[in-house]
Amino acid sequence: MTASTIKLDTTAEDHHIARMAAVALGLTVLENAIPSPLPGVKPGLANIVTLIVLARYGWRAAAWVSLLRVVAGSLLFGSFLAPGFFLSLAGATLSLLVLAFAQHLPKRWFGPVSHSIYAAFAHISGQMLVVYLWLIPHTGIAYLIPIFATAALVFGTVNGLIAARFMDNTKTTNKPVSENPS
Amino acid sequence: MQTQLRHIKPGDWLTLILASVCITLITLELWNGELADKAIIRSGGKIFREIELSRDQQIQVPGPLGTSIITIEKRKVRITSDPSPRQYCVRQGWLQQSGEIAICLPNEVSVELTGGERKYDSLNY
Repeated sequence: MTASTIKLDTTAEDHHIARMAAVALGLTVLENAIPSPLPGVKPGLANIVTLIVLARYGWRAAAWVSLLRVVAGSLLFGSFLAPGFFLSLAGATLSLLVLAFAQHLPKRWFGPVSHSIYAAFAHISGQMLVVYLWLIPHTGIAYLIPIFATAALVFGTVNGLIAARFMDNTKTTNKPVSENPS
Repeated sequence: MQTQLRHIKPGDWLTLILASVCITLITLELWNGELADKAIIRSGGKIFREIELSRDQQIQVPGPLGTSIITIEKRKVRITSDPSPRQYCVRQGWLQQSGEIAICLPNEVSVELTGGERKYDSLNY
């Protein structure tokens, strides 16, 4: 009797996406340990990975990493198909859509910081939309928009800076002579 | 810091500035409630009186614990005194925007401001 094994043909790209999604997942777990003053206000550290993947490997890979992170993250936290899962899914989907457009902005003028800010705003918009249409159909939630928008701007900028800096570092260390060891 | 700023390209600055301006405008729009022109005073859940804020006056409202005194002055309202032990409603101070409300729970007295263009009430979110 031979043991039956299921073998999936995977490409190097699949492995790479899985690795990146794992890193994003790690950041999500880390982030959940940070207490938040208001539910929904989170740094969104996993988006740093999405930004880097977007810049390096394109939108398709970034979408895979981001959505895998949402699904696997919800399984880890036991919130799969719970409201929290749909909130992240809506946020991730909308920010991916926005990134699909934002990535075509001229590279000379716009960097990861812009991408990150646009994605952060899309993320919070998607979440607010789900909250309003499904969870709390009351216009009173508009009162919270300034708080969420400010958080999106601050964390979006910081995440973008981290992503930009990370890519910069690996770029310079890959070169034989680093011109700016910061 | 220098190295951090290096990563912000001109377009990024544009994005940052634009976003900040948008947030400021939205905040002003959403958080600046209209000034109220009417106060609804409730006692025991029923409307005790509805009064215009145009005239300065003091109103005594009876409740199960005693009398709460509500003061109207310069189109603002506050609960001046109340027999409730924790004095939350008194410490809330002056109310002037539509939708604001002060509730003295044990004494079952509340004052809610309405009028203007009513936006969001401060209780729900």
